Amino acid sequence: MTSQPILEVRDLVVEFATRDGVLTAINGVSFHVDRGEVLGLVGESGSGKSVTGLAILGLIDAPGRIASGSILLEGEDLTRMREAQLRRLRGKRLAMIFQDPMTTLNPVLRVDTQMIEAITAHEKVSHKAARAKARDALAKVGIPSPDERLASYPHQFSGGMRQRVAIAIALLHRPALLVADEPTTALDVTIQAQILSEVQTLAQEAGTALVWVTHDLSVVAGLADRVAVMYAGRIVEQGSVADVLENPAHPYTAGLIGSVPSRNRRGVPLSQIPGMTPSLAKLPPGCAFAPRCARADAGCRNDPPVVAFGTARMHRCFHPLVTAEAAA
Amino acid sequence: MLVYIIRRLGQSALVIAVMATLVFVAVYAVGNPVDILASPQADQQEIEAITRRLGLDRPLYEQYGLFVWNALHGDLGRSFVYNEPAVQLILKRLPATFELAMTALVIAVGVGIPLGLYAGLKPNSLGGHSVMAGSILGFSLPNFWQGLMLVLLFSVVLGWLPAGGRGQTVEILGLPVSFLTVDGLQHLLLPALNLALYKMALVIRLTRAGAREVMLQDYVRFARAKGLSQARVIGVHVLKNILIPVVTVLGLELGSMIAFAVVTETVFAYPGMGKLLIDSISRLDRPVIVAYLMMTVVIFVVINLVVDLIYAAIDPRVRLSEA
Ligand SMILES: Nc1ncnc2c1ncn2[C@@H]1O[C@H](COP(=O)(O)OP(=O)(O)OP(=O)(O)O)[C@@H](O)[C@H]1O
Ligand code: SF4
Ligand SMILES: [Mg+2]
Repeated sequence: MTSQPILEVRDLVVEFATRDGVLTAINGVSFHVDRGEVLGLVGESGSGKSVTGLAILGLIDAPGRIASGSILLEGEDLTRMREAQLRRLRGKRLAMIFQDPMTTLNPVLRVDTQMIEAITAHEKVSHKAARAKARDALAKVGIPSPDERLASYPHQFSGGMRQRVAIAIALLHRPALLVADEPTTALDVTIQAQILSEVQTLAQEAGTALVWVTHDLSVVAGLADRVAVMYAGRIVEQGSVADVLENPAHPYTAGLIGSVPSRNRRGVPLSQIPGMTPSLAKLPPGCAFAPRCARADAGCRNDPPVVAFGTARMHRCFHPLVTAEAAA
Repeated sequence: MLVYIIRRLGQSALVIAVMATLVFVAVYAVGNPVDILASPQADQQEIEAITRRLGLDRPLYEQYGLFVWNALHGDLGRSFVYNEPAVQLILKRLPATFELAMTALVIAVGVGIPLGLYAGLKPNSLGGHSVMAGSILGFSLPNFWQGLMLVLLFSVVLGWLPAGGRGQTVEILGLPVSFLTVDGLQHLLLPALNLALYKMALVIRLTRAGAREVMLQDYVRFARAKGLSQARVIGVHVLKNILIPVVTVLGLELGSMIAFAVVTETVFAYPGMGKLLIDSISRLDRPVIVAYLMMTVVIFVVINLVVDLIYAAIDPRVRLSEA
């Protein structure tokens, strides 16, 4: 409560109009990110992580729309802004990088073109100055001989190098917030680790807060300060990484932790969450996790309310593994 | 790049050689070439002269050699009607057809790409649907009928534009062109529009399909996430990717536009090489027909070559992987 968070998302609802009717991909999501903080956003495929990230940047396209809720960046509501205003923030105060480095850069434009346009979109600088800035940014993310590389096309870079270029572009203007949508998932494990630590360092230097989307809890454990767990368009649990990973409250979180190899003691078999992520068109009434939940009962056919407990933790479950009293 | 160009040149030469052989087989080897190459009015003496000149008394491979030799020297026979070398006759008409085709191309691209982009970016709008409906008409109505309707509407009913001919021309670099005079432009507009309609429909469809696909790509999202203006995202990031298939297809189509401007030139009595072909067919002026065939092949091949080079210039992946 001391300082204003960089980002505050309140009761966000994102809908997609499809042939099967209106799907609610994001259903009342609330979270915040403090200055310089790293929030891990985890969940299975289709849980709404990318849509949440895109909504923050105002990049939800038809047939999707932000139906209600607000997204406050440094106190200003992005959902009420006009496109022109939003455009001035994108790339400047807000940035985003994507999962597949092979497709994030335009294949028919040179790297310098793609970097310089990102600079001149927000700054009145000469072409020469922009180029110098682009070169420095490439050097900073560890690209060797950046002067020559500027004149290359994306396909002349490896996947890891392309993601570095994307990161360099995203951090050009030292944004207040970077949404990273699984930027290392498509890369080799060693490169993944390098890039993770580089982004962490660069973001710290630039004072950039991160929303790090991943389905990999070990990444969250190493990188994030806090974690939000998504399931079927809702945040089902949120809290500090230490609290949530040590003492998960929601059965889904516990299931995710149980399926991570590194966190299991030797000899203990990995557990799998039974069943599949439900399709948004056929969500069960009440708690969407109920068909896969060992603790479910008849009461779970109602919507579980948000329960705040412990130190800045919340969950949405009628029968949490950690009770409010125990955590307190 | 140089290796690429040399290889493409080699391929082009090969195609021309193969086509020359086919034309030779069709015209000389099958049936009596004298029947095909001599004027119907020719008397016995003339026929003998032709037989000797063409070396038809010699073995086939020698005849083939002679045909190729003559063709390489630009000699594909003389027109019976004009008593001029057939190649020269066609070359005289080529600029008019070329001008017509280029104007049609400019119209097809200039109108087709914006409309296609619009339809691709707003696929569910009324405008988007109308554009697509229009392009279906452009595809499915026969070209000569479209031409007649254009004449009927703009020349007969409204009286705005002339119905035929090439109009006033001026010379540039020794070539007569009509797009620089008002009268010439008026004569050019309707036939060019007629020739452009089908290609325009094609460009609209290609552009729309490309736009819909490219808009979903991550790099477009990333470009928007950088804070670029809509104009820059669409005008540079999207358009440059769409242009690759459009240029390829249009290049191929330009060849067919030049070669088969026949219908349009006939409908509008436009003095290009298509009209010459039709006139020659009706007058049995066979050397001109042969020359037309060969010229068409060469034009096709040259255009394909140029298209491939343009393609390599706009798509770095082609350029660098082939080099
Ligand atoms: N353009 C769209 N039209 C219809 N539904 C969509 C669209 N985009 C996303 N959705 C729906 O929104 C839901 C959330 O998708 P999202 O991409 O956010 O998942 P995710 O958590 O990022 O998954 P992943 O780990 O696979 O990236 C999905 O169930 C999907 O069906
Ligand atoms: S609300 Fe019920 S079904 Fe949902 S996670 Fe909790 S116990 Fe399981
Ligand atoms: Mg995703």
